[in-house]
Amino acid sequence: MNGTIVTVFVVIFALITVMGFVAARWRAGDMDLLHEWGLGGRRFGTFVAWFLIGGDLYTAYTFIAVPALMFGAGAIGFFAVPYTIIIYPLLYLVFPRLWSVAKKHGYVTVSEFVGGRYRNRWLTLAIAATGLLATMPYIALQLVGIQVVIGAMGLSGDLPILIAFVILAAFTYTSGLRAPAMIAFVKDGLIYLVVIVAIFAIPAQLGGWGAVFAKIPAAKLLLAAPKGASVGAYGAYATLAFGSAAALFFYPHAITGILSSQSRQVVRRNAALLPAYSLILGLLALFGFLAIAKGVGTLPGDVAGFKTFGPNFAVPALILASFPSWFAGVAFAAIAVGALVPAAVMSIAAANLFTRDIYRPFFAPDCPPAAEAQVAKIVSLVVKLGALAFVLFLPFKYAIQLQFLGGIWISQTVPSILIGLYTRALNGWALLVGWAAGMAVGSWMVAALHFAGTVYPLHLFGVLVPGYAAVWALATNLVVSVVLSVVFNLLASDRDRDETVPADYFT
Amino acid sequence: MSEYHAGGGRNWSWARLVLLVPFVLALDVPLYNRVNPVFLGFPFFYWFQLLLVLVGAVAIALVLLVEG
Repeated sequence: MNGTIVTVFVVIFALITVMGFVAARWRAGDMDLLHEWGLGGRRFGTFVAWFLIGGDLYTAYTFIAVPALMFGAGAIGFFAVPYTIIIYPLLYLVFPRLWSVAKKHGYVTVSEFVGGRYRNRWLTLAIAATGLLATMPYIALQLVGIQVVIGAMGLSGDLPILIAFVILAAFTYTSGLRAPAMIAFVKDGLIYLVVIVAIFAIPAQLGGWGAVFAKIPAAKLLLAAPKGASVGAYGAYATLAFGSAAALFFYPHAITGILSSQSRQVVRRNAALLPAYSLILGLLALFGFLAIAKGVGTLPGDVAGFKTFGPNFAVPALILASFPSWFAGVAFAAIAVGALVPAAVMSIAAANLFTRDIYRPFFAPDCPPAAEAQVAKIVSLVVKLGALAFVLFLPFKYAIQLQFLGGIWISQTVPSILIGLYTRALNGWALLVGWAAGMAVGSWMVAALHFAGTVYPLHLFGVLVPGYAAVWALATNLVVSVVLSVVFNLLASDRDRDETVPADYFT
Repeated sequence: MSEYHAGGGRNWSWARLVLLVPFVLALDVPLYNRVNPVFLGFPFFYWFQLLLVLVGAVAIALVLLVEG
């Protein structure tokens, strides 16, 4: 255990904790109302939204999991860059419509929109339950990130992660979305600082970027070119990028970030401004290569860390080997806080979902607003416990597999939401069957891979196409939804059941 | 309904086709899976995709300017 690292880390963490509680009074609202607790009162402007959405989307996935994949598997891990390129045209085109219709009808969650659009309580339930399910492995990934950093500081046992967990739970409970919004400023500031220092300082220690890339084995430097009748790694790379991008903004926490914006214009501007974070993500991915060039894993101090955390230990080991203790403390705090912000937004989003779309319609239709907010606060705690279960019971080598798994599930909500934002042509029951088919195909593929991976090789017209299971599942879902919609709408159309009108999508 | 264009809604413009550029290039893996030309020590695979992040942001900013 290194006293300086731990001291710096604890001081920054204490500061964050105070901020988390003080945040309740920032632009104060009535915390007994769900849209105040769970959406910050829908009043974040371009500047705050940039920090909040950026802090919410770029998570331990970015700081730990992607570099770990680069470190262990090489170029394939860089798929996260095209992934975060293609999400923003999607954000610009689609999500101002969701913002408008949600504002007009007071929707706090995306499944409420589906509920209003299709007036089919079972479809609404399916969309909400999927959001809850998919969020848990994603929160779990954040907990892994915090765990790795705590381990790197030489602290053992479950007590440190438990303390971090309690702090997170407590300020989420009292301050709602305002807490991560406020902490996001510190988080992003720390991350930008660490990344910018590291991309200059570490290559300088190693003789420049050219020398770094020269130390990467050929098999890791580029994707393997396809051989024979197979699209090989190209298929995996492109489908991982496309499938992850198709999924991202449909996650409850991403939607919560978008809906907390003050206007649709804030959403549109941020589609052009948020790519700044993607540059940081790309540079962070290259930390995996810096770690290879630095020789981490072969250094004597690293053995225990890699034994416990596998490749996920690459970034912490690189930081320990490259920086003085005080700066390592800052970097570790950046990673831990970077995981805490999205974990808070995710648990708030999941709580909103449960309360609005499961608790109220199915258990307490006459629930008063204050009781509704109270249920949400309690559920935000329960969801985090669910995430802990994922950490303990699903032993993935790469933490990123947790996010891939969530992506397979959440992308099954895409047809109902995305197509629903443009047209009411599809039938609610057909979408429900399509959803079930997609969930079944995606989950079956992951099970067939023994939960060790999410890239499933399919034989298509004589060509072997290894692809992200989310894409195969989504394709199944779309085909079933469209075909059955034609049939069902001929038999008994449900198209007149819609509480929205076209103008709602533009206001 | 007159304030909405038939194509999709208010503000829709042909400028949106620009958004296809980063989208298509980002998914065209064989195009960039190569080492040369190297730039500042970065193999093409890496600097091209990082550059594409900027291209994507500029494309969206352009559409935003046109559509207001």
